[in-house]
Amino acid sequence: MSPTLAAHTPAERMAVAFARLLRGAGLKVPLGSVLTFVDALGRVGIDGRDGVYWAGRATLVRNPEDIPLYDRSFAVFWTHAQTLLDEQAVETLNLTLAIDDDSDEGSDDPGSSDADDECGPEITLRFSAVEVLRHKDFAEYTSDELQLAQQLMAQLRFIGPPRRSFRQHRSPRGRRPDLQATLRAALRTGGEPINRQWREPGDRLRRLVLLLDVSGSMEPYARAMLRFVHAAVSGRQRVEAFAIGTRLTRVTRELNSRDPDKALTEASTRVHDWSGGTRLGECIRVFNDQWGVRGMARGAIVVVLSDGWDRGDPVELGRQMERLQRIAYHTIWVNPLKVTPGYAPLARGMAAALPYVDDFVEGHSLASLQELAAVIATDISRHPRGRA
Amino acid sequence: MATTPSSPADVSAALSAFGYIPDDGLSTSVFLAMSLQRPLLLEGEAGVGKTEVAKVLSRWTGGELIRLQCYEGIDVSQAVYDWDYSRQLLHLRASEATGESLGLTTSALEQQLYNERFLLKRALLQAIDHRNELPPVLLIDEVDRADDEFEAYLLEVLSEYAVTVPELGRFAAIRPPLVILTSNRTRDVHDALKRRCLYHWVEHPEFEREVRIVRMRVPQALDRLARQVAGAVETLRTLNLYKPPGVAETIDWAQALSALGVSDLDERTVAATLGTVLKYREDQERTRQHGLTDLVQQAFVRAATPM
Repeated sequence: MSPTLAAHTPAERMAVAFARLLRGAGLKVPLGSVLTFVDALGRVGIDGRDGVYWAGRATLVRNPEDIPLYDRSFAVFWTHAQTLLDEQAVETLNLTLAIDDDSDEGSDDPGSSDADDECGPEITLRFSAVEVLRHKDFAEYTSDELQLAQQLMAQLRFIGPPRRSFRQHRSPRGRRPDLQATLRAALRTGGEPINRQWREPGDRLRRLVLLLDVSGSMEPYARAMLRFVHAAVSGRQRVEAFAIGTRLTRVTRELNSRDPDKALTEASTRVHDWSGGTRLGECIRVFNDQWGVRGMARGAIVVVLSDGWDRGDPVELGRQMERLQRIAYHTIWVNPLKVTPGYAPLARGMAAALPYVDDFVEGHSLASLQELAAVIATDISRHPRGRA
Repeated sequence: MATTPSSPADVSAALSAFGYIPDDGLSTSVFLAMSLQRPLLLEGEAGVGKTEVAKVLSRWTGGELIRLQCYEGIDVSQAVYDWDYSRQLLHLRASEATGESLGLTTSALEQQLYNERFLLKRALLQAIDHRNELPPVLLIDEVDRADDEFEAYLLEVLSEYAVTVPELGRFAAIRPPLVILTSNRTRDVHDALKRRCLYHWVEHPEFEREVRIVRMRVPQALDRLARQVAGAVETLRTLNLYKPPGVAETIDWAQALSALGVSDLDERTVAATLGTVLKYREDQERTRQHGLTDLVQQAFVRAATPM
């Protein structure tokens, strides 16, 4: 530790110490940002609390969600930094102590991820087991079976229907002249544009947005579904994933890492409300306000995975689903309980949401997830919305 | 001469003088962006005045404002440079007609065509290859709307302040532009780009600052009206609306009210002008449910609180 601190100017010492504290608190602070922070401190000075605070905000924070964490760390840091700067002699130990002080926040060690065996060929070997698994309810899975199921899910790479992109590419059957290519060709024929070239707009995949209920009532399915979400994320480019429970948590970044098990652990440590009750309407409202309506859900395929048990106001859920459906391209609700004999969407939340759902599918087994993959791939223009 | 402020307070004073009242965070970020020559990424709700920052900076520094509005599918030919193909084709035909091209080899002809005079400079290249004394202010607006490929390109330009045109060579900025990027957060801007930039999350202004903004932008509005409007907007922001009003809406509202000759808020004028602040039917309904009388009353109470 000490070599990095065997430094230098007070600004550098301050920057390094604070960066360490932030990292301890769980913020990602790359070295480049620390260097910029040092520069910034050089400009605003290290004596004023406000100057240091804002210099750090501008250089070390990159997401509004991180601001509260930054604020708390800064408060802790500033009290220690004051004493540190008073006694000119640097004691590296002081700094380490400052970090430990904040340990209530930084207790998220990434966990050990040991299960990352490549799984390609094994699938064929265990084919019969697979057949059994296909229709088994996720709630009855053992952890080994879940492992195997996950390997199968990784094969569920589906492609949603594309939409017209604004970006054009060269095409012999295009309708718009491609002047650039025409000119290039004309050079070959002495400046005479004999062979004309054309371009046309390309296709682009729609964004897939997954809203995943992780509350207690969904616990048995939540893990399996998270794995399905992960399979989808690593198979496609533009997928956004959110966990909904007592509040909305974005898990896109966690799921983007290539190792599913690690991603799952990370996601579940971030979803604090793993077994609390669900406030569906409230969470979907937050999603609409902060992400969806601004653009994320526009023209997107939105998949809600939930049993529809809502502790909140069902009217609110209906209102928010209506809002969501109005901007989304295709709204799909996956409810694992749909398969239960005699099930009717009795959960009040479910009943309120149903009019604003284009497709309502099961999600309790591998086979049904396959069906879901097919639904996601439907081109909704050939599938009129069944709104009641 | 390029403007170089010596402290965040300088920036704050200058921006205020040119019609933008910043908070401490914003003036520190702008100060750092100017003195470290780093791009500044501003994120925040729509209507909190992100774009306005660039405009004011341009007025203050005297540097030309060059704006690049991002949209999905934006590419190099729209953001950086393009060749003027129709003029190139005409040039080819003309040199053929005059017989000039007869003696030329293809490569000589090509050299004639890929000359700077046929180059159309778009916003990014303009900002890099400016020939002015004063560095321009480059506004890259709503960068979250562009796609990732473009972001990667942008990163390259912003880290070197240089652009390479294969046919011509490299254009490097002698005096790098002051770069402001804005994002509404419809998706996350890539981390690498964020690391390159300084970052500031723009919040709705608190009450007194909003009052000052209204007074500055709507000088014809009476003081007490400005306070009441800011007070009412503050309440509206707590109502859990789909689109809480931003500063832009506050200003619109104050303008509308003073155009109507209103000197004090009352229930009837609020009802008649609610459309200037709230742009969703549901939001207007929710506000009516909250009660316009209450809203006006709360606004009066807030307006009366001393500074």
